[in-house]
Amino acid sequence: MWQELRTRLHPHGLEIVTVALDVDIDAARPFVDAATTTHPSLIDRGHRVDELLGVVNVPNGVWIDEHGMIVRPAEPAFPGANPVLDSLREIDLTTLPPDAAEMLAEARKIRADPEGYLAMIEDWVEHGSASPYALAPEEVLRRAQPRPPEEALAAAHFEAGEALHRSGDHAAAIPHWREAHRLFPSNWTYRRQAWELEDPTRQGHTDAYDSSWFEDVKKIGAENYYPPVRP
Amino acid sequence: MILTDLHVAPARFTDATGWAIKPEGACRAELCVPLPAASRTTDDRVDVRVVADQLGMPLVHDEAHGFWALGPETRTGRALTSAQAPPLELPDFDENPFQLSSLLGQKVLLVAWASW
Repeated sequence: MWQELRTRLHPHGLEIVTVALDVDIDAARPFVDAATTTHPSLIDRGHRVDELLGVVNVPNGVWIDEHGMIVRPAEPAFPGANPVLDSLREIDLTTLPPDAAEMLAEARKIRADPEGYLAMIEDWVEHGSASPYALAPEEVLRRAQPRPPEEALAAAHFEAGEALHRSGDHAAAIPHWREAHRLFPSNWTYRRQAWELEDPTRQGHTDAYDSSWFEDVKKIGAENYYPPVRP
Repeated sequence: MILTDLHVAPARFTDATGWAIKPEGACRAELCVPLPAASRTTDDRVDVRVVADQLGMPLVHDEAHGFWALGPETRTGRALTSAQAPPLELPDFDENPFQLSSLLGQKVLLVAWASW
């Protein structure tokens, strides 16, 4: 998906850098291999982009201009299409067990504007700083994610958990990740990664955490899962 | 940043946090936060506890496993301290380090994604 956009827009001065927020590199590798990327494709096990750029969900995009200035902070990013959401719409709910059908029905309420986001990128690539979508530094800072102390503390706990998971002590990671979830409930990257390791099929409820993808999405309403992208 | 010792070389602190330790203080982009003398040890290392306190960085101590995790700064109340992109180095899938700053001169769309 991103590779296709990169092939088209790289001759016009755009580079794409994809960053996988996966604590296990081998979970992300098949996707990278399948995409046969020609752009930098990086792995961020400790969620550094959450700390440094305010990423709270995926996919999230950040625009950086030729001078190294951020001109759009982290926000939902789709390159003209959202195949995952599209594929959910093609499934016949009546063929599913009731609990799976309920989950899918909720997931279908997720809102995104892939065409609008693509049009913004194309405008920026063509017009640079004259594009209305390239924001001034003050506006970038105004739109950047808030960073209260408890959310910074959540980042430290997530990183502590990742270090322990990577060292082979997964059980010791869980209390840190539970704490990260409690301190920063609106960060989906901390929760989804943790749920996935316990229940890779559904990110469902397990003994490890008091939450699950479906329970938490239902609480906020799936239509609020991605904030709308402001032009 | 994961630490097994709270006294670290200034360059390591900078690589991990994006904050450079200079005579005028801890600096990132246009912002410099003055540091007390106690922020440097006698062997010229950074006392992370002191600097973390000045920058509003949380420090989590996992005593059982013998390490600390240092979180990001909170002085501005925003995830971005400056609109200048922070120094960011991450490995590629062959574990080769890649620096975001190597792309200066091009427009960059950084996309965070995940397998989950």
